[in-house]
Amino acid sequence: MALLKVRGLTKLFGRFVALGGVDLTVGENEFHGLIGPNGSGKSTLMKCVAGAEFPTEGTIHFVGREITAATPSERARAGLSLKFQITSVLPALTVYDNVLLALQARSSTVNLIFSHTRRALHQRVMHLLKQFHLTEWCWERAAALSHGHQQWLEIAMAVACKPQLLLLDEPTAGMSLEERRITGELLMPIKRHCSLVIVEHDLDFIRNICDVLTVFDQGKVIDTGTVKHIQNSRRVQEVYRIRV
Amino acid sequence: MIPVFEIVLLVVFAAAPIILGDYLTVFVTRVFILALLALSFDLAWGYSGILSFGQALFFGAAGYGVALLARDLEIASIFMVLPAALVIGLISSFGFGALLLLGRNPPTKIFVALGTLSGSYVAERLARGWYYIGGQNGIPSIPPMTLGGYEFVEGRYYYYLAFSVLAIVYLACRFVVRSQFGLALAGAREHETRIAFFGYNTQELKLIVFSLAGGIAGLAGGLYAFHEGFVWPNILGVALSTQIVLSALLGGAGTLIGPVIGVMAIEIAGFWLADSFPKLWHIILGMLLLLVVVFSPTGLIGLVVSDRERVGSFGCPLPPRRHTDTGVDDGTT
Repeated sequence: MALLKVRGLTKLFGRFVALGGVDLTVGENEFHGLIGPNGSGKSTLMKCVAGAEFPTEGTIHFVGREITAATPSERARAGLSLKFQITSVLPALTVYDNVLLALQARSSTVNLIFSHTRRALHQRVMHLLKQFHLTEWCWERAAALSHGHQQWLEIAMAVACKPQLLLLDEPTAGMSLEERRITGELLMPIKRHCSLVIVEHDLDFIRNICDVLTVFDQGKVIDTGTVKHIQNSRRVQEVYRIRV
Repeated sequence: MIPVFEIVLLVVFAAAPIILGDYLTVFVTRVFILALLALSFDLAWGYSGILSFGQALFFGAAGYGVALLARDLEIASIFMVLPAALVIGLISSFGFGALLLLGRNPPTKIFVALGTLSGSYVAERLARGWYYIGGQNGIPSIPPMTLGGYEFVEGRYYYYLAFSVLAIVYLACRFVVRSQFGLALAGAREHETRIAFFGYNTQELKLIVFSLAGGIAGLAGGLYAFHEGFVWPNILGVALSTQIVLSALLGGAGTLIGPVIGVMAIEIAGFWLADSFPKLWHIILGMLLLLVVVFSPTGLIGLVVSDRERVGSFGCPLPPRRHTDTGVDDGTT
């Protein structure tokens, strides 16, 4: 069954067509990569799916339910989680509190006021920090982390919400080669319990972790299929020869 | 550092009436009541990022409410009027906050600031023109608040009443802002859009805090009405709202002790300057405020407390931290 079904999605910014009738289907436990030149509509699609932008036309269904007009918090509660393109951790809070903040998002107000969930969540926070190599910095403010560690923290926060579908917008931007390799290793275990849609410019990285790729150009999908299919696609090769 | 300030102020205020004369006791009581109002602004702005320029609206609404209860229904029991003031503040701020904060998209800070400012201004104008509540003259000669047969008039007992209410509200606020709910508020203050993507309904969160802050402002308004013995339109207006914003910013928004210190500093400086420089004191006070805001944006408390302590920690205390071979202890042992 398709987890995410996007049909005829159009997004206009004035006269500029950011997305022109995009279709996309993501299955359960599928790692789906979105690639294409800058300005081809990948991030706009991610924002429309997560609720940061509302589409001009078209529909988005998630787990069989239409979420086209749902707010970001409603989508998050339905099981969608987004890591923004620009790192957006909460710099004044500690690394620990950043993860706790994401983990406790679905607790009731009463539970939060009386800190009922604190002990139960503590072990999960520490587990996530260990998983993303952040234990050493857990009591530091997030602002003190390096760029690469901030990216990992943000992925940890996105994973903390236990999403069914994780949306990652350029998770390795600005990372060293070694950090990119580790990021790939960090993402693979996630496949057991959630699907992933990832926007990335590093084609080697995306080839290694994704099952399906969709290629964008000028707001439209020009091809979609397995990594092998995309590698042999003439239409994709033409776009990359001309535009990249 | 903050607990040190809290304990010092608690001890000083508890003992102060022994050495203060009657006049200064009344003066400090008024400071306590204004500190409550400043706390309510700080809860909204310092902890949740709601820039409310209209806290006086809830203060004044509750002040007028209990004054009418005492005048028209002869209800002045402390067990009736203080809860009534709290409820008036809660309900009025909930209604007003729902109008401002709930919508398809989260409102901007400027929208909320102008909305609350306008609400405060409109309320003051309405009160000036409403004959039933005394118009320009307000409601004079409010009967004293009672506890059984005892009447609370301004002086030592009212001082301890206001001090107790301030201490209780302070502790309740401390409990809330240091809880996991406080962490959610810190998230909303730091990056409202981001935490909405975790699943937080940030507008609801803010409405809850705005209502709590309104309730505290209402409580302060009720105490003020009975302490002064009359209410008038100025207590609903922009001037008082702005004065409270300045007090909180001067002391240090985002800490609970900051607004209390800010109100004390402004009231004491105003009191002394008005005596020493009767013609220039407004200008001197304005210059002092400007200097503090420019050179210490985190307020007076920011001069002695680190940013880390200002932000603080959330939830119940963690197990002791311990470094192990593999890094920091995960607290499970």
